[in-house]
Amino acid sequence: MSDSYFPVGPGLGMEENFLSLDDILMSQEKLPGRAESALPRLAVLLGQGAGSAESVPEGSKLEIPLWLAKGLYDSKRRIISVELPKIYKEAWRTVFSADANVVDLHKMGPYYYGFGSQLLNFENPENPEIAQTDSVCFLQTFIARFRRIMDSSQNAYNEDTSALVARLDELERALFQVGQKGLNDFQCWEKGQASQITASSLVQNYGKRKLTEVDG
Amino acid sequence: ERNQADVSEAKSGRTDLIFLIRFRHCCLLRNQRCLLAYLYDRLLRIRALRWEYGSVLPNTIQFHMSAEEVEWFNQYKKSLATYMRSVGGEEGLDLTQDIKPPKSLYIEVRCLRDHGEFEIDDGTTILLKKNSQHFLPRWKCEQLIRQGVLEHVLS
Repeated sequence: MSDSYFPVGPGLGMEENFLSLDDILMSQEKLPGRAESALPRLAVLLGQGAGSAESVPEGSKLEIPLWLAKGLYDSKRRIISVELPKIYKEAWRTVFSADANVVDLHKMGPYYYGFGSQLLNFENPENPEIAQTDSVCFLQTFIARFRRIMDSSQNAYNEDTSALVARLDELERALFQVGQKGLNDFQCWEKGQASQITASSLVQNYGKRKLTEVDG
Repeated sequence: ERNQADVSEAKSGRTDLIFLIRFRHCCLLRNQRCLLAYLYDRLLRIRALRWEYGSVLPNTIQFHMSAEEVEWFNQYKKSLATYMRSVGGEEGLDLTQDIKPPKSLYIEVRCLRDHGEFEIDDGTTILLKKNSQHFLPRWKCEQLIRQGVLEHVLS
């Protein structure tokens, strides 16, 4: 299965891939925002208020997922205005510049890099500087963390890697897995297993699942 | 349907409902996107099945596929077969064989489960019982190894 199954990968930069499952999961993350105008009848959908005819008053704070924010955000900003989540603000940037390796990016929202790129889609008044400092900040955190990821992925053969991987966000985890796969393939070749025909992992997984179906 | 009612209301003058329509439209688009991605992912996996498993799928897998997916699989099989026939001379080239470069013509295999009788080119039949070992030509066994019936043994 791993050999012939090629899922649609996540998009690069400010665009998302429509069919990518990673992008769909990523755009489910929530953003803090504010309602710019009174929103009738939305109260019951967003979980506040009791009646279906109530409106969410102007200026109230909302937490909405990214896909909804992208859809409702108008360049004339009639409906919603979004704020950056706290992890992308000044306070955290100083933490990153101090030592990027220490931060647990998985806890901060498992899609740190992807989500950050999507935020550039919203035109904020401070956007040009944010975009500038954001991209610089991303690059620097990424560079700082990358060395450790590369080191650990290339040297952890047949070990339990959950401790290493726990603090990485999704993009870094994908890189880690690519590194591991390369290492495993190389070791296979060294052992002479490269020419061995193996049952596809799909078949092996399928056999296991059939057994559990019969039992349960 | 609620969106339709709101749209007609909006057209008749209540402009503050526009965002509500937009909101529902976003939700509909989101649902559509999730569904499409799921169906597309299933197709990608079915395509991988053709390459890993061969041209005949076991009944249990076929049971989980919808009629359209079975149809798609058959079409894909046909296109792949036509392509393979057009490449490589008279008989065509089987691209699903020899995925890893072969080192020898005959290989040693061990049987993992009972598969019954198996006939090879010169007419002899071999009984595949669990744990029996055989020395067989590569191209005959490759399919069975990938399906998990045989295991390639390195000497």
